[in-house]
Amino acid sequence: MSDNGSNGTGFIGASLKRKEDARFLTGRGRYTDDINLPGQLYAHLLRSTVAHANLGSVDTSAAEAAPGVHAVFTGPDMEGVGGVPTGWLIHSKDGSPMVEPAHPAMAIGKVRHVGEIVAIVVAETRDQAREAAALIDVDYQDLPAVASLEAARADGAPLVWDEADGNLCYDWEVGDRAAAEAAIDGAAHTVSIDVVNQRLVPNAIEPRAAIGNFDPTTGEYTLYTTSQNPHLIRLLLGAFVLGLPEHKLRIVAPDVGGGFGSKIPHYAEEAILTWTAGQLARPVKWTSDRSEAFVSDTQGRDHISTATLGLDEDGKFVGLKVSTQANLGAYLSTFATCVPTYLYGILFAGPYTTPAIYCEVEGVFTNTVPVDALRGAGRPEATYLLERLVDKAAAATGIDRVDIRRRNFIREFPYQTPVALQYDQGDYDATLDLALEASDWDGFEARRNEAAGRGKLRGIGISTFIEACGIAPSAVVGSLGARAGLYEVGSVRVHPTGSVSVFTGTHSHGQGHETTFAQIVAETLGVDFEAVDVVHGDTNAIPFGMGTYGSRSLAVGGTAIYNAVQKVIAKGKKIAAHLLEASEEDIEFADGNFTVAGTDRSKSIGEVALTAYVPHNYPEGLEPGLEETAFYDPLNFTFPAGTHVAEVEVDPETGEVELVAVTGADDVGRIINPMIVNGQLHGGLAHGIGQALLEHCEYDDEGQLVTGSYMNYTMPRAGDLPNFNINHNTTHCTHNPLGVKGVGEVGSIGVPPAVINAVVDALSPLGVTHIEMPATSQRVWQAIQAAQAQD
Amino acid sequence: MPAVTMTVNGVSRSADVEGRTLLVDFLREQLALTGTHVGCDTSQCGACVVHMNGQSVKSCTCLAVDADGADVTTIEGLANGADLHPMQEAFREHHGLQCGFCTPGMVMSAIDLVNRNPSPSEGEVRHWLDGNFCRCTGYHNIVKAVMAGADAMGGGS
Repeated sequence: MSDNGSNGTGFIGASLKRKEDARFLTGRGRYTDDINLPGQLYAHLLRSTVAHANLGSVDTSAAEAAPGVHAVFTGPDMEGVGGVPTGWLIHSKDGSPMVEPAHPAMAIGKVRHVGEIVAIVVAETRDQAREAAALIDVDYQDLPAVASLEAARADGAPLVWDEADGNLCYDWEVGDRAAAEAAIDGAAHTVSIDVVNQRLVPNAIEPRAAIGNFDPTTGEYTLYTTSQNPHLIRLLLGAFVLGLPEHKLRIVAPDVGGGFGSKIPHYAEEAILTWTAGQLARPVKWTSDRSEAFVSDTQGRDHISTATLGLDEDGKFVGLKVSTQANLGAYLSTFATCVPTYLYGILFAGPYTTPAIYCEVEGVFTNTVPVDALRGAGRPEATYLLERLVDKAAAATGIDRVDIRRRNFIREFPYQTPVALQYDQGDYDATLDLALEASDWDGFEARRNEAAGRGKLRGIGISTFIEACGIAPSAVVGSLGARAGLYEVGSVRVHPTGSVSVFTGTHSHGQGHETTFAQIVAETLGVDFEAVDVVHGDTNAIPFGMGTYGSRSLAVGGTAIYNAVQKVIAKGKKIAAHLLEASEEDIEFADGNFTVAGTDRSKSIGEVALTAYVPHNYPEGLEPGLEETAFYDPLNFTFPAGTHVAEVEVDPETGEVELVAVTGADDVGRIINPMIVNGQLHGGLAHGIGQALLEHCEYDDEGQLVTGSYMNYTMPRAGDLPNFNINHNTTHCTHNPLGVKGVGEVGSIGVPPAVINAVVDALSPLGVTHIEMPATSQRVWQAIQAAQAQD
Repeated sequence: MPAVTMTVNGVSRSADVEGRTLLVDFLREQLALTGTHVGCDTSQCGACVVHMNGQSVKSCTCLAVDADGADVTTIEGLANGADLHPMQEAFREHHGLQCGFCTPGMVMSAIDLVNRNPSPSEGEVRHWLDGNFCRCTGYHNIVKAVMAGADAMGGGS
């Protein structure tokens, strides 16, 4: 066996074509909205049109009498059903628990954001349900709304929740405040920055959908839903909302058309559809349209921060202090509270040796759509702030941007940061060197001059970053307030003739798990890639799982599968030893064969599997069958790292930014399938570039969403993006057997500051020192005008 | 209700539809051709692209009655048994898809591009795909796939 735990069959590290593609390319994918159950009814959800109001009467009589309508339910009908829970309890600086308001599935008494569900109408057809919903007469008694962090934290601001003074959910901190402030006070140089990390809409291209079903003869509920984590939904929906035992609640997340964090949360719609199906004993289907998604899918980011970095005479970082306000929206979504705390504040060491770091975060309620994880989830916010601040420090000290980063790199591992994390491994110089070479950093001035000849302002920007994937271990996150474990489950079933079914608690919605996990099993078990199929997304088929988010699937879920394979091999050795009349200790396993050491006597995995299921000649006391399950709870996060370089050209007349080149040099740990890994990097980069240059979710002062469709929310299109220059330098994670880290969020974490640093670099000759995301033509043009007016 | 008759993937299909029924809903709900997807309601995302009389259309933006008498091809009609269309094969070969939701529209749109422009440049591909959103791939591999597909199609289907 090689050092990567493989048997040298070559599946690990190969760009095998994906098993998933045949069905997706021929229209045979099976997404939730593609499923129709016998006797199915259709639901339309009536949603609040105002951001904050007391709910007067909700008159449903006309809707109930409309053609085809079977039922109309409102919030009070579901009273007694549990509220939608949140998954992480945060404590404030003073030790008090966060304010955790009730979250009824449908509004009771008040509505708190545009899009909150007021009623469900169930009818024979989708159109009948929609038309009947329009007949519901809702008496909205308007209340003043707070739609932004500034408004919510202003003195005397209207309250989203009476129990949350100042609209504050929590006031959290991490790190040593006194040490950070003392270091900054004594520093030779200090630089400060105010940054906004704007709100974004995740916009998976598949809108959410759900089908609830109930079988009165068995009492079993089934929910088909567009989820990244079906077992988590079963846990929350069953235990906390509907009070159903697990064996009577099946969650199926079939093919899911992208998630990006927005399909992690347990949504009220899932509870409503399941409950309604039980009331009517009929399948009930709801499919969001895009306009509905804009006001009901969780949104992402939305921070305002101020930070100060202290440096010594040599440009070494001595202290960092960050104060952030994070918009949580009107209700606490599943991971809303941990994203701006335990996935944010603990990232502020970045790749640097800053010895004293302090971060404080106010979690704030507003009358807006709930905020939760979005690709990167906390880590892009931290990285953007830090890497903008480092560029400002370079400008303030006159130290070269690359040099100042290099002077501060961590080079000894393991490295304990001042903000809880302990990095196990990394080589930040290597990815920096690779990025500088691949981007021809040294040749940039010639390109800048050439562009100037064409009347363009050319700029180059860099960011060096780490991320933390596969949040763990369970005991630690539990002590910090997590209400779930963060392990993963893998099951490996070797069938009698040697083919293999793999069951994973993670969920693939674009990541290619069916391929990558099959590669791991084929390699480690020595079977053919085509003989391995991966099953995910059905709580009745899979033992358990925590799902897919935070770039955890390979590091945590892949390791669980690997460990299950090791159990299979261990059992196989007992069977082979019996068949070969040898001692178990003398059996070696390689390339799918159990061999008596030092001999040519062997049994294949297929022969051993057949014996396990036809145990005529079998070890005494050993159970028949060849199927093993492993629960894997990691010892630590994994820590991918890298350097991203962006190059832009700005038209000073129009403010238009053209992204000319993007280079990534990434260390994502051992790579199982380079084709898939690069695809993940591409997607993350596009998401990060979207944030840097294009995307912005905006509300007006009354809490109406201004950017509520693709007509006015700018999605990255093919023409907005360049080809990406992807490079790898790999170090292995030290605490999982595959040495893998994670890749899904790298681009969205690393590239936004590189792009903005490039735009600022382009504009710096004009005196511009900062520009907020997204750097639209309008913003850039205004920044140019403002800088010129100061001259 | 109006009756419509159209050829869908080579087979004549007739049905009664409401006047307001969109072509995409007719395909998905009445013909159970669920490979054509709906990703938005403003005709932006392109997940619903099919061919009508050989040209790409957004099937969320035309009525079923508009397709009366037309020859409609959906993603299900491209492959010949197990043999993928060259554009489908190019998407597979170049990892031009991840979650697969935008893929049918991307492939149908790309084939129409190549029918009109047998050897598109990278810039022409990116411009043409303006009406097809993908959130997974960053378009990098889609563009590669479309150019490879164009080569494989030998300039037109």
